[in-house]
Amino acid sequence: MDEHRFLEENRVSTSANTIETFANQEYKWGFVTEIDADTVPPGLNEDVIRLISKKKNEPAFMLEWRLKAYRHWLTMTEPTWANIHYPPIDYQATSYYAAPKSNADRPKSLDDVDPELLRTYEKLGIPLQERELLAGVAVDAVFDSVSVATTFKEKLGELGIIFGSFSEAVQEHPDLIKKYLGTVVPSTDNFFAALNSAVFTDGSFCYVPKGVRCPMELSTYFRINAKNTGQFERTLIIADEGAYVSYLEGCTAPMRDTNQLHAAVVELVALDNAQIKYSTVQNWYPGDKEGRGGIYNFVTKRGACRGVNSKISWTQVETGSAITWKYPSCLLIGDNSVGEFYSVALTNHYQQADTGTKMVHIGKNTRSTIVSKGISAGRGQNTYRGSVKILKSAAHARNYSQCDSMLLGDKCGAHTFPYLEVKNTSSQVEHEASTSKIGEDQIFYCRQRGISTEDAVSMIVHGFCKEVFRELPMEFAVEAQKLLGVSLEGSVG
Amino acid sequence: MSLLEIKNLHANVAGREILKGIDLSINAGEVHAIMGPNGSGKSTLAQVLSGRDLYQVTAGEVVYGGKDLLEMSPEDRAREGIFMAFQYPVEIPGVSNLYFLKAALNAIRKHQGLSDLDAMDFLAIVKERMALMEMDQSLLNRAVNTGFSGGEKKRNEIFQMAVLEPKLAILDETDSGLDIDALKIVAAGVNALRSPARAMIVVTHYQRLLNYIVPDYVHVLAEGRIVKSGGKELALELEESGYVGLEGEAA
Repeated sequence: MDEHRFLEENRVSTSANTIETFANQEYKWGFVTEIDADTVPPGLNEDVIRLISKKKNEPAFMLEWRLKAYRHWLTMTEPTWANIHYPPIDYQATSYYAAPKSNADRPKSLDDVDPELLRTYEKLGIPLQERELLAGVAVDAVFDSVSVATTFKEKLGELGIIFGSFSEAVQEHPDLIKKYLGTVVPSTDNFFAALNSAVFTDGSFCYVPKGVRCPMELSTYFRINAKNTGQFERTLIIADEGAYVSYLEGCTAPMRDTNQLHAAVVELVALDNAQIKYSTVQNWYPGDKEGRGGIYNFVTKRGACRGVNSKISWTQVETGSAITWKYPSCLLIGDNSVGEFYSVALTNHYQQADTGTKMVHIGKNTRSTIVSKGISAGRGQNTYRGSVKILKSAAHARNYSQCDSMLLGDKCGAHTFPYLEVKNTSSQVEHEASTSKIGEDQIFYCRQRGISTEDAVSMIVHGFCKEVFRELPMEFAVEAQKLLGVSLEGSVG
Repeated sequence: MSLLEIKNLHANVAGREILKGIDLSINAGEVHAIMGPNGSGKSTLAQVLSGRDLYQVTAGEVVYGGKDLLEMSPEDRAREGIFMAFQYPVEIPGVSNLYFLKAALNAIRKHQGLSDLDAMDFLAIVKERMALMEMDQSLLNRAVNTGFSGGEKKRNEIFQMAVLEPKLAILDETDSGLDIDALKIVAAGVNALRSPARAMIVVTHYQRLLNYIVPDYVHVLAEGRIVKSGGKELALELEESGYVGLEGEAA
């Protein structure tokens, strides 16, 4: 018997009592921290964009870039092809800028951080100090729209790694921003990306120089706080030749009863022989059991494998948001480059998710793998939408796609829309799909062994998602399991 | 007082009465075989005892260890020491056999007021019981019953029983689908688990299994009632004469 493997698995799985622990809790991370926000009144026009740019003390090229995006956005219409339904969004009713009041005087260390904010993170289970000391994780914590704490920066700096808030990077490394911003997701790419380009307030930036292997997982915790403030994050990660970086993104959001718009953009660039691993656990407020409230999450995530032998892996666990519209994609440009997408998307109550990926094979011998696990419970609607495009230039390209859906109950839905387009004869594309229902007999089998119904469901669902969970870094895998547990509350029995 | 006392048990499935008044008393340390033709209610009895909610108990009572068994949830019955070896063990993809078993054992231990076993202590128990069942080690890290052969599934059931150490084991047609070699191994495992503290109910259609698991008592079920009870020799009689005459007795 492979003892080591079992022990490892055991750590990841923790005990099956996660659901029990969270049973009958309302959204655990729903609370609003009282910090005076420096908020711009609702509405969007060029003046608001100028104001944002000015508040952030941006160079002229940034303002121009934003305005160009905004002007293009005005000519666009909101996409309607996704399998999601929501009332019309009033873009003039959203406030496009909020920053903690202390923005002008940024904290130099944790001692300078607003204690209220630190308590918030503690409630979220993210004690920064502990992470600093124990976990070896550098945390760039985004609270509302401005980064307030960045750790391990010096240590990373010694290796030439730049990791910090996007705003900071605009000030300190405008050349890199100018060179890479919008090169993977153009400001005119789609409705939500254009909106983000016009009004984004902050996000993360990371540059790993040639030949450097980032020695720790970089992580960012996003959080929406000020009421009615849309969250527009922008993240840009560049792995130069031969570099490696693993990046973790996690979200929790406080409870509120009005819908909130969230339109983030993430751009990844991998040069020759570089590798980027991007992991997300997304837990925005999903709305209540009757489908009231919840975050609208329209995200554009795309990575470009520009260099030969480069690799970009997306792993996502999506349990939150009322609406999820998200397709982390890879442009496989360099010969022999590799794209991966591992996804667990769970919809419960009235949640709707339309998520998947796009793999565009351009270079020779490019390979992509897609593993998607959709779980629907309650009245949740879960759609996988994936596109595999193999261009004529991509000789001997290969793709493997696997899309599995699991249904809990009889009022939810699972939908799969795979698009395949192959323009040469030397390439191979494989697609497998399955839909299953958690059976009464599976649950009874577990109960007959002494395992409660909720633990049984949790166990069966975790088993279903295993191929994705094992792609996550250890501590993230544990968090992901807890989130699934919370999200599945009340879905059986 | 006996471990299990069944009195005048009636049960329906989908509105049809399957059990029509079962009386049965089982003491710790005893092995009782329940035999009978297809449709006689053997498996229904096993399912009702383990708490499957497809079956509605319409009359009668079942006292287990001094408690009203019918009031207990399936998981509480399991935690109180009732184990059923399934006729058709269910596959649970992605959940390792070991992880599943550890969750089960710890759920039972928690009920008994014991602390969770850590992975190392658990593995020690597993290794010991595995030797008993001549289990192929590779089965432990595979997903529960997923892709197992019929024989592997049945052996896995008895292995689970060996780890969970029930007070009352119900073996539901454990012999079905087994060739003679697999049957011998499963029977040897069951025999090794016989103990003065443990009772067993062996549900089977064929006498064959009882050559290897020799019961203390044999009961013949027909049309929802026990029509005949006796010692192990009753099974041999049935082998000779079949169930035909007995069904008439029930009518």
